[in-house]
Amino acid sequence: MSSPANVADRPVDDHPGGARLEVRNLRKVYTGRGEPVEAVADLTFEVRPGELVCVVGPSGAGKTTLLRCLAGLLPATSGDVSLGGAPITGPPPGMAVVLQEYGRSLFPWMSVAQNVELPLKEKRVPKARRAELVDETLAAVGLADVAGSYPWQLSGGMQQRVAIARAVAYEPQVLLMDEPFAAVDAQTRFELEDLVRTLWKRLGITVVFVTHDIDEAIYLGERVLVLSARPTVVLEDVAVGLGADRDQLETRGDAEFARLRTHVYELVQQAKQGVRSLADAHLTHPADTPPRAGA
Amino acid sequence: MTGVLRVLRSVLLTLGLPAVILLAWWFTSAGSTTFYNPPLSAILGTFRETWFSAPLGESRLAVDVVPSVLRLLAGYGIALVAGIALGVAIGSSRALRAFAEPVLEFFRAIPPPVLVPVLMLFLGIGDTMKIVVIAIGCLWPVLLNTVEGVRGLDPVLRDTARAYRLGLVATLRHLVLRGASPQIVTGARQALSIGIILMVISEMFAAKDGLGFSIVQFQRGFAIPEMWSGVILLGVVGVLLSLVFRAVSHAVLRWYLGYRQSQHGGA
Ligand SMILES: Nc1ncnc2c1ncn2[C@@H]1O[C@H](COP(=O)(O)OP(=O)(O)OP(=O)(O)O)[C@@H](O)[C@H]1O
Ligand SMILES: [Mg+2]
Repeated sequence: MSSPANVADRPVDDHPGGARLEVRNLRKVYTGRGEPVEAVADLTFEVRPGELVCVVGPSGAGKTTLLRCLAGLLPATSGDVSLGGAPITGPPPGMAVVLQEYGRSLFPWMSVAQNVELPLKEKRVPKARRAELVDETLAAVGLADVAGSYPWQLSGGMQQRVAIARAVAYEPQVLLMDEPFAAVDAQTRFELEDLVRTLWKRLGITVVFVTHDIDEAIYLGERVLVLSARPTVVLEDVAVGLGADRDQLETRGDAEFARLRTHVYELVQQAKQGVRSLADAHLTHPADTPPRAGA
Repeated sequence: MTGVLRVLRSVLLTLGLPAVILLAWWFTSAGSTTFYNPPLSAILGTFRETWFSAPLGESRLAVDVVPSVLRLLAGYGIALVAGIALGVAIGSSRALRAFAEPVLEFFRAIPPPVLVPVLMLFLGIGDTMKIVVIAIGCLWPVLLNTVEGVRGLDPVLRDTARAYRLGLVATLRHLVLRGASPQIVTGARQALSIGIILMVISEMFAAKDGLGFSIVQFQRGFAIPEMWSGVILLGVVGVLLSLVFRAVSHAVLRWYLGYRQSQHGGA
């Protein structure tokens, strides 16, 4: 409703599936009643078209704030956020979001299938194709049999999967997810992680995935962005060299996985203690020298 | 079996008290010779000939009751449309709310029957005056409840609608009106009872026809059983209208009962 002719209705990037996200000197201060809160101090990074980037950081670090700025739901205090070269001033087309409050993001007066279908209707997807997409995505998240139920008849984990199905059915170029698997059990979580990787590879979309789970961030991401505590800066942009094909058992058993996990874990610990730059961080396991096998 | 019993039980519960009251009235008034308190049997005896007399097109039902109800529905309909439209606008905009709130509080504090003599000066005693009185009286509960409902919409749902770029029409239809519907229905229910009261009052001041007009006319002509039958008919009209209202609101709020229960952790 409130997006003028900036990014609206123009092709986002030349990349087939995804679009480039750029964040430059993003700063966000919440002003309102009481003291202003500086949530994000200064963030600069880029997500290449078709890349999957995970964001981790301590609780209250400003991950949700960042994601909402990316989604065009929250105006930045200063700095620029752009998608495919066009500044984001409102929710851009071709972007789907899974909000952290997944349960409250479902329309309680609509059935599960209607919830998934509504954004497609608005996108003017033809009826037959809509039905196809709804069926496909609900089946993919294992909810085909509750399509006719209301969201509040489902468990928290199931509601979360509905929100994921809605985002996936939208066939976005950019998918933003805020701790989407927080409420699902470990087994389903592994399946959904693989689902995200599969969809990401198949559609070539750009994904920004916020999580507090370090293992999940490394397993999913091509890069892991480690944030400092509030006010947020990027502590380190960690490249994940685990290859394109990942497997829950093998990848998680990999020595490189273990090294990255240790490293990111240490970074997050340091971030919690208020460390705001890599130079100040005391790391017992240096990042650039992989530990010997067995260490 | 238990299903049948349950239905029987609820029928008994619903009709039990009215039946007891009617029976009590019937027997206590049975031998009454007081002029103002005729036996219920006499009242019911005049009921048919008073309201449903021979050519139905010329009976009081058609000449008095139907115009009353039509005026009520017209005023009520106007109030619903205007109240919901204004309520959505005011509820969606903080600036508009700050601007309109003092005025709303003032007008809300004025009892609507006071408007009848005032509006008579401007609009005369015809249908327009009565419809306007009913519409104004019904407007406030609809308007104020709609404002509350729209204000109370979950911001996460608003964000979701925005993120998926729902247009103005879809946002109104799928988010705002549905989300505010529980409060809108509450307002509409209050408005309906106010509307019935105003329907009668507007006819008691000055009118050529109508249910309230008939009752006053009977009273002035000392046609006491007929007067009582009018009061009973008024009650019946009210009950019928509220039954229709119940059916409609039940359809609109089908999701809401289960939702509310799930929010309170019940099953
Ligand atoms: N609307 C708001 N008004 C004021 N302060 C806010 C608001 N929203 C968030 N904050 C503050 O901004 C900071 C960052 O919040 P944010 O929700 O982005 O953190 P987060 O990293 O997503 O945390 P979590 O991992 O717990 O979800 C917090 O200190 C929070 O208190
Ligand atoms: Mg968060």
